Amino acid sequence: EITMSLIGMKVPMQLCLLLCSLRFILSAEKSDAKSSRDIRCKCICPPYKDVQGMIYNQNVSLKDCNCLHVVDPMPVEGKDVEAYCLRCECTYEERSSGTIKVTIIIYLFILGLLLLYMFYLTMLEPVLKRRLFGHSQLIQSEDDVGDQQPFANAHNVLSRSRSQSNMLNKVEHAQQRWRRQVQEQRKSVFDRHVVLS
Amino acid sequence: GVSQLTLPRSYTRPRRRSLAHRSASRSGALTLWTCVLLVSGPAAESSLTPGEEMNGSGNLMDFLDEPFPDVGTYEDFHTIDWLREKSRDTDRHRKITSKSKESIWEFVKSLLDAWSGWVVMLLIGLLSGTLAGVIDLAVDWMTDLKEGVCLSAFWYSHEQCCWTSNETTFDNRDKCPQWQTWSELMTGHTQGAGGYLLNYFLYIVWALFFSFLAVSLVRVFAPYACGSGIPEIKTILSGFIIRGYLGKWTLLIKTVTLVLAVSSGLSLGKEGPLVHVACCCGNLFCSLFSKYSKNEGKRREVLSAAAAAGVSVAFGAPIGGVLFSLEEVSYYFPLKTLWRSFFAALVAAFTLRSINPFGNSRLVLFYVEYHTPWYMAELVPFILLGVFGGLWGTLFIRGNIAWCRRRKTTQLGKYPVLEVIVVTGITAILAFPNPYTRRSTSELISELFNDCGALESSQLCDYVNDPNMTRPLDDIPDRPAGPGVYTALWQLALALIFKIIITIFTFGMKIPSGLFIPSMAVGAIAGRIVGIAVEQMAYHHHDWIIFKNWCRPGADCVTPGLYAMVGAAACLGGVTRMTVSLVVIMFELTGGLEYIVPLMAAAVTSKWVADAFGKEGIYEAHIQLNGYPFLDVKDEFTHRTLATDVMRPRRGEPPLAVLTQDSTTVEDVEALIKETDYNGFPVVVSRESERLIGFVQRRDLILAIKNARQKQDGVVSNSVVYFTEDAPQLPASNPQPLKLRRILNLSPFTVTDHTPMETVVDIFRKLGLRQCLVTRSGRLLGIITKKDVLRHMAQMMNQDPESIMFN
Repeated sequence: EITMSLIGMKVPMQLCLLLCSLRFILSAEKSDAKSSRDIRCKCICPPYKDVQGMIYNQNVSLKDCNCLHVVDPMPVEGKDVEAYCLRCECTYEERSSGTIKVTIIIYLFILGLLLLYMFYLTMLEPVLKRRLFGHSQLIQSEDDVGDQQPFANAHNVLSRSRSQSNMLNKVEHAQQRWRRQVQEQRKSVFDRHVVLS
Repeated sequence: GVSQLTLPRSYTRPRRRSLAHRSASRSGALTLWTCVLLVSGPAAESSLTPGEEMNGSGNLMDFLDEPFPDVGTYEDFHTIDWLREKSRDTDRHRKITSKSKESIWEFVKSLLDAWSGWVVMLLIGLLSGTLAGVIDLAVDWMTDLKEGVCLSAFWYSHEQCCWTSNETTFDNRDKCPQWQTWSELMTGHTQGAGGYLLNYFLYIVWALFFSFLAVSLVRVFAPYACGSGIPEIKTILSGFIIRGYLGKWTLLIKTVTLVLAVSSGLSLGKEGPLVHVACCCGNLFCSLFSKYSKNEGKRREVLSAAAAAGVSVAFGAPIGGVLFSLEEVSYYFPLKTLWRSFFAALVAAFTLRSINPFGNSRLVLFYVEYHTPWYMAELVPFILLGVFGGLWGTLFIRGNIAWCRRRKTTQLGKYPVLEVIVVTGITAILAFPNPYTRRSTSELISELFNDCGALESSQLCDYVNDPNMTRPLDDIPDRPAGPGVYTALWQLALALIFKIIITIFTFGMKIPSGLFIPSMAVGAIAGRIVGIAVEQMAYHHHDWIIFKNWCRPGADCVTPGLYAMVGAAACLGGVTRMTVSLVVIMFELTGGLEYIVPLMAAAVTSKWVADAFGKEGIYEAHIQLNGYPFLDVKDEFTHRTLATDVMRPRRGEPPLAVLTQDSTTVEDVEALIKETDYNGFPVVVSRESERLIGFVQRRDLILAIKNARQKQDGVVSNSVVYFTEDAPQLPASNPQPLKLRRILNLSPFTVTDHTPMETVVDIFRKLGLRQCLVTRSGRLLGIITKKDVLRHMAQMMNQDPESIMFN
């Protein structure tokens, strides 16, 4: 029972598990991601006398994050330095570039998977079905009347003609059930405008 | 016939087979939590058919001893019985407590049961925070993808790309060679009409691409993922069942398409959908524990807390989230839920902070921290902003409901994909030329909330600086506006008109869409314009009476950023009619306790002005548009009707369909079920005396009879159905009678026929009833259902009573 359920068509669940573990990956990433690219001290200095406004960026640590360390080619001389530095504002900022990279790549991966699956469901499957079985075996169920979903019966037809192991049968039943659910939802929302109008 | 509970046949879902997964997940739940995530599919929310629920015994957490399989679950689009759920939970708890004295293991099990609530909250907080962090990071990146790409690492947004660069200048803070716009990348031109047009064209192409992907994914995989989600969640929390609305595919698709929808530049926000996402997480973790998965009432407690976690990560406001759940979303909010919601919200906020999407340990993009004081005389413009917020709220609600009604009833609703593409195209075409609408709405609000110090160089802060000024940075006096400010003002005015109009058409499309951020943007723009106007008036006319008392020349009197905040609060309050939760969210966003009074003044004013035009906020209006059976606790019923005026059957209608306690046959019952579609039948002593015994639900009756025919010997069509404790005296030649006392509710609520409807409505609200029987002198007279109550209220308020669709 448990193995059967593990392999069941629970794609979103596996992704959910992935996301839950993402959190632990990310916290692990943070601990060693204090690379030099991920910290900075940003000093913003407004215009002063005839010096224009400038922004200075350097990766220094928190204790060195002040005007004297960061503003490197100091634009003013001697006694003006203090007045100039009083106007500057220096902030220490950290980020986690590893987190950003991992998150975006995982998101694009999931999006890609979904797009592929959508492409398969809407384009490839009816072509596949037609090529394998010809037009004579296309049975329209009563649900499909007026509905443009060509894939509703595909797996019914496919499964009947193949001898399959128990596991794949269960997978296909689960997928069929899910598709029927989605079809009903689609009818309520898009066609009859009963919910979520 | 009498439309007691007319549910069209097509709403009844086909019976689904239960997967053996369900029992596998229950046994050994402690060690198999991760596997359980994999196994509980759509079956977890579906009903089980009799005979297919596997081993009910031998489960770790399942103490419920159901007399018949599947008795006690509900059909889709029906209302739950709150009292029954509560009593089942009390039974379960009593069983656990009594068993816990038997052995150490039972004691440990009882502890685990007590702690399961907190574990669920922890998991909800973790997952919501993670998902919110992922959404924030992805939106940040994809929004900038419309304009250009980072060459050194394509996954960086514009700000992140130039983070370590030394090429940024004071005037152009985001300029660096690693980031290139599309026209730079493709043709090498940066200036000139060619580059601009190419950028414009590609912006539109990207926007259309994102929104097309979003609406296709929603359409193919999870149609319930569209819209904001808050009206449906409100209805679900009041006891309605919408199967699949909080499912796993809905969760996945909503998360993925929310990023696409927000990145496409449409005028929508992500706060409402984040509440839906968090409630989906809540539903997901409920299925781990039978305490919550089998009891719809307890499940809704968890969902209330999950909604709080959703708002908490959306705004970075845990307390505001709890209050939002209390005020706006939840129906029943016991005190225990308050503490647990707070825990879930805190865990979610902490998780989001540890993911750190914005690099500074801030939770939300527009977190401001200034503390400049405000003056009493400024209450006048604040109240004016409140009036504007109320007026805009009314305009938005009326316009949006009219447009949604048109989408529901006319041809417009048949082309959802085309509608999304057209609206995105129009939005992109009109938004690109104006720099304030080209950027994402969150960034716009952030800039508007910001105070203009010496370090800002944006167009909005182009004030004429006194070169001899020696004051420290954060106490800059009011200055005259430079030309940049005037340009910004008319650009902002155009942006305001654009946003006001386009949001009416955007909210409610078939993609995830929220309206917190667009409302706040409208308010912030209006507030900033008013703030700059007041500031300039105070500067140029400081000798007028109104300014003389509190604004001396050379002092920093007016903070336009504060006006923007107050405007945002006013508009949000005008649309949603939030009160306390709005103020708390706004002050948690800003961190300034001193601004509570202006925020409250604006929120209260906008609510009063908006209520003068219409009692409902946007969510209640959408509930009414969809006809959900939502009995609002905020409505007051002040009419003098009695129960006899509302009860069914009315004069001229066929009499009430009843069952007798021991003289109906199985055949009669089946005929009754087939001919009528009432959700339940009263049981009386006999047709002559009509004294009430109890009430039996249709679903329980169907399942019990089906089960009896299959399992029990001797039950045929002529068998007598009896609801008494002892079988009736029948001659021996009669077939074996069928005892159905277990499915009979022996304590149905009754009122007399002269009970005022005010009391009846109160009873329905406070107890969450679905139906109530009407008696006179002890004899059963009729029945009032929740639908009748809602129709009656609609009639009294001169609305269309036929719009109530569901039960």
